[in-house]
Amino acid sequence: MLSYAVRRLLGAIPTLFVVITLTFFMMRAAPGGPFDTQRALPPEIAANINKVYNLDKPLIVQYGLYLERLAHFDLGPSFKNRDFTVTELIAQGLPVSARLGILAISFAIVFGVTLGVLAALKQNRAADFGVMTLAMIGITIPTFVTAPLLTLVFGVYGLSVFGHEIELPVAGWGGGAPINLLLPVTVLALPQIAIIARLVRGSMVEVLHSNYIRTARAKGLPNRVVVWRHALPAAILPLVSYLGPAIAGLLTGSLIVETIFSLPGIGRYFVNGALNRDYTLVMGVVIVYATLVIVMNLISDLLYAVLDPRVRLDK
Amino acid sequence: MIATGTSAANAELMTNAVAVRGRSLWVDARRRLFRNKAAMVSIVVLALIALTAIFLPLVWPYAYDDIDFTLVNCAPDWWPDPDVMCHSGGWHIFGSDSVGRDLFVRVLYGARVSLAVGLVATFVSLVIGVVYGATAGFIGGAIDDVMMRVVDVLYSLPFIFFVIILMVIFNQSIWLMFIAIGAVEWLTMARIVRGQTLSIKEKEFIEAARAGGVSQRGIIGRHIVPNVVGPVIIYVTLTIPSVILSESFLSFLGLGIREPLTSWGVLISEGSNQLESAPWMLIFPALFMAVTLFCFNFIGDGLRDALDPKDR
Amino acid sequence: MATPIFEVKNLDVRFSTPDGEVRAVNNANFRIEEGECLGVVGESGSGKSQLFLSTLGLLAGNGRVTGSVLYRGREILGLPEKELNKLRGSKITMIFQDPLTSLTPHMRVGAQLIETLQVHRSVPAGEAERRVLETLELVRIPEAKARMGQYPHELSGGMRQRVMIAMAVLCGPDLLIADEPTTALDVTVQAQILEIMRDLKAELKTAIAIVSHDMGVIAGLADHVQVMRRGDIVETGSVDRIFYAPKHDYTKMLLDAMPRIDQPDRPGHARLMPLPLQSRTLLDVRDLKVYFPVRTGGLFAKRKALRAVDGVSFQLNEGETLGVVGESGCGKSTLARAVLKLLPKTDGAVVWCGRDLGPMQQEDIRKLREELQIVFQDPLASLDPRMTIGQSIAEPLRTLKPQLSRDEVRKEVREMMERVGLEPGWINRYPHEFSGGQNQRVGIARAMIVKPRLVVCDEAVSALDVSIQAQIVDLLVRLQAEFGMSLIFISHDLSVVRQVSHRVMVLYLGRVVELAGRETIYENPRHPYTRALIRAVPVPDPKMERSKPRAKIALELPSPLDTRAQLTFLKSKLIDDPDAEQYRPKLIEVAPGHLVAEHD
Repeated sequence: MLSYAVRRLLGAIPTLFVVITLTFFMMRAAPGGPFDTQRALPPEIAANINKVYNLDKPLIVQYGLYLERLAHFDLGPSFKNRDFTVTELIAQGLPVSARLGILAISFAIVFGVTLGVLAALKQNRAADFGVMTLAMIGITIPTFVTAPLLTLVFGVYGLSVFGHEIELPVAGWGGGAPINLLLPVTVLALPQIAIIARLVRGSMVEVLHSNYIRTARAKGLPNRVVVWRHALPAAILPLVSYLGPAIAGLLTGSLIVETIFSLPGIGRYFVNGALNRDYTLVMGVVIVYATLVIVMNLISDLLYAVLDPRVRLDK
Repeated sequence: MIATGTSAANAELMTNAVAVRGRSLWVDARRRLFRNKAAMVSIVVLALIALTAIFLPLVWPYAYDDIDFTLVNCAPDWWPDPDVMCHSGGWHIFGSDSVGRDLFVRVLYGARVSLAVGLVATFVSLVIGVVYGATAGFIGGAIDDVMMRVVDVLYSLPFIFFVIILMVIFNQSIWLMFIAIGAVEWLTMARIVRGQTLSIKEKEFIEAARAGGVSQRGIIGRHIVPNVVGPVIIYVTLTIPSVILSESFLSFLGLGIREPLTSWGVLISEGSNQLESAPWMLIFPALFMAVTLFCFNFIGDGLRDALDPKDR
Repeated sequence: MATPIFEVKNLDVRFSTPDGEVRAVNNANFRIEEGECLGVVGESGSGKSQLFLSTLGLLAGNGRVTGSVLYRGREILGLPEKELNKLRGSKITMIFQDPLTSLTPHMRVGAQLIETLQVHRSVPAGEAERRVLETLELVRIPEAKARMGQYPHELSGGMRQRVMIAMAVLCGPDLLIADEPTTALDVTVQAQILEIMRDLKAELKTAIAIVSHDMGVIAGLADHVQVMRRGDIVETGSVDRIFYAPKHDYTKMLLDAMPRIDQPDRPGHARLMPLPLQSRTLLDVRDLKVYFPVRTGGLFAKRKALRAVDGVSFQLNEGETLGVVGESGCGKSTLARAVLKLLPKTDGAVVWCGRDLGPMQQEDIRKLREELQIVFQDPLASLDPRMTIGQSIAEPLRTLKPQLSRDEVRKEVREMMERVGLEPGWINRYPHEFSGGQNQRVGIARAMIVKPRLVVCDEAVSALDVSIQAQIVDLLVRLQAEFGMSLIFISHDLSVVRQVSHRVMVLYLGRVVELAGRETIYENPRHPYTRALIRAVPVPDPKMERSKPRAKIALELPSPLDTRAQLTFLKSKLIDDPDAEQYRPKLIEVAPGHLVAEHD
């Protein structure tokens, strides 16, 4: 397995290379530059700025310079927030996004698996239809609709539960206080819960109809043991394969969530950076995200091989 | 059985007449689909929305860009909350938005745009995905490996970022949106088509056709394509909602459709800004979009059950 | 009279499907006494499996059972799950047809065995392991301790079934229900499993209910027999009476349809045409080799060759049928496809009517397809589900004789359909509307419509019910008499092969071990593998089965990648290295037309 992991990581390098190159040239293709302001700058100042940031050199040379810097893990200065380097900005924003993401995927797995298993065990009965309908709703309603709705219900109007008023903050990071995290994490997790529930339900139903479950029952094993020891480990497998795409989905979702709830994560940096033509910031964020997705895919494949003894990675 | 002369001709006629029309798999699938109530209702609802969106604005008293500053953020007359600032009156059955435009006709226009984006972008992804996936699946071997490696690499890119960048570069042209979104969705389509092609290729009846002397082209055209069509159709119906969501996502970020055109995503974006003062601005477009997405999902699920019943 | 271990009264099993209610079992009544073996025989759709599944509460969700099931006089039908679980797996146990899918893939074999023991008897872990090892040895699994740490997919088919049997006898059951336990296994492996079951019955005095479609298996194991058809029990009786004096027509039909290796030419079946004295050689295969490259694991992946066909030579004359027999992995299907040029060969020559097919261009080979055709094993899978059977049958004709008009094609299709026993009026129907047997007739019609000179039947009857199999075999023999084509008939079932072939070729791991005429191969088999194969075939004759000597060689089909496997029968020349190039046993002509590979 180690050899497989090494091979995959080596193979990921060209992928990253492609990502970097594509992003680089695409960003530069956009009209306008990072230093365009409302009024035209005096030509000498403009020329100076261009020289400092190497914007006067031919594109290929700029590309080369960037790669060289990258080899030293230097992501360059942010063009817009000139007091910070990109690395610093990312170091500020990444923990915020990471926390959101990890909490969201954890909730999603816990709730999604529970609901999916429940639906499968009560297949075609009330609980099954209920869960599947909720899942359908979770998938079709976009995060930028649930966010304002939940904000309205819990944040603005407040909800009275058992005589307690629940009012949640609608914006701001608050230094990562749990109360600030509650709404954004929920909004981020909802679509994933729905997808995971559907996935697990389908997989569990299939497993429950398989021959080895029939054997387990024929052996007189109690239902608990049949479900937990024989069915569940097999039913979970598709979920493991889904982890890679799940991360990608969370990344997309985080863009919205961070914007709506005004959270200082790197998703917001990306959107603003793209709009402001802050080349280096955009590149930096894209590289971080791409690496994350690649690593998650690798982890998911390795985990799958660990859980399913039939899979041999060196096919 | 020896027959002579006219009795032979008669026998021939009779046996020709006796040949029964068989029940093809398509007919079976259609029957199963018709039995699926959720899917049938969805088709009707979707048709209604589409027809209303196309025809009703032609006769509606307001155009989608009729600004009226006397009716800013006004609730429809039937709105249950008594605390609203104003009522819009007239034919504004969904109320009015922040510059007094009629929300109902804007929702219908949004339907036109969103559905158009859904269909066109899906079509783009269909064309690219099918050609790519079928070629990879059919040729197989090293070429297939290479082609799929490319797909895997592209898959691991956070694609939405590239779409955003593209939109920024090309200043949000609607045509580009079709292409950009389509260019993102084709990957999964290609994977599915390739998977299907591969599995069909392995089947014995392909070998039988080859043993019968059928050429490569004959095998592709007569055997592979008709058998791949089914799952492709299913996936198309499930791609459309995904595309509509992507478009609304972009619009929400401000990178999608531009004024004065509107789409559901734009309306939802405007609506969520006005949520406290004018919640109807969010509710109606969101409702329409949700219902449309539901319908596509039910139809897609229904098609899947109809074409491959054991997938329950 | 002692209380029977198991008694079933008025049992009805019904399934509600979207197309209406299906009655799987109608009013079943029978009993099994202590220590007795009941054989339940029937074809597909007879309800024999559903019968037993329903008694143990193992039916699929939409099934309903009514009636009475008594275990030692106590009603067990409708028992709450908790009570039923006390009986299942300990007092009444069941083993199933496909051991690969019937064992949990992600649990080690040992764990699956131990958990059975611990659920029914509270036994400390060490003691449990000891008992499991004892039972594994009882079913003759070598290196039992090592096996316990393995996963099901790492064991061979025979091993897996032994594990299932071990799991079933672990708690000393009163009744063991075996649902088609050997159907998915090779013939020699099947013989071993049946022997184990016989021994268990004698030693442990367990009652057994064995369900099978193979009357030979039933004859060798059962004391009492029950014949089922479409949910009804049509006849019951002692095994001797059923086999030697059947009363019901269906039983008689089944016995008649079942091919017997010792009686290849029975009255009432199509007779094999004797060969013309002077017939020319149509096909000459010389030292054919087909190797597949396989990667074996590790960072530096080694490339080994899977020798599917490893030097096979034979000749086929006009109007002759050559039977090719072997178990899984012997390369018979690969051989068929290589001869028909559906697979690229690796080495050797295939000469058809004097023309070497090797260097031929694709275009020329396509034209030759008119003369070389094939019928496949799975009737439904070999027909395009989106084409009508008429279109499927017409396809080779339209492709290879494009000059024919549509009407001419239609006429030929209808004629061919009649010849193979299909109603011409069905020409516009689709494969899924027909049964397996009818679809196979479509496959045969499609192969025959271009009037080929050679037809390869690749396990063409293996997937069919016995009665249908008999009809298709008769059809093939009759068509050969009518059209005079040559046949290569491939099967794992030696009884059928003997019935249909003039000469028989036995393959083992890609090589020929014996080639002889149909009489000689049975009366005077020389190679130990041929002998083991013949002995392993169950005969539907209880007295013969009872007096069979026990198998001397415990054969386990080795991995074809291990080069030592080739010399299983010539151990004297073996080099003990799995990768070394080994000695090739030569084919010796011990009598005219009788070739045998060298053996110890």
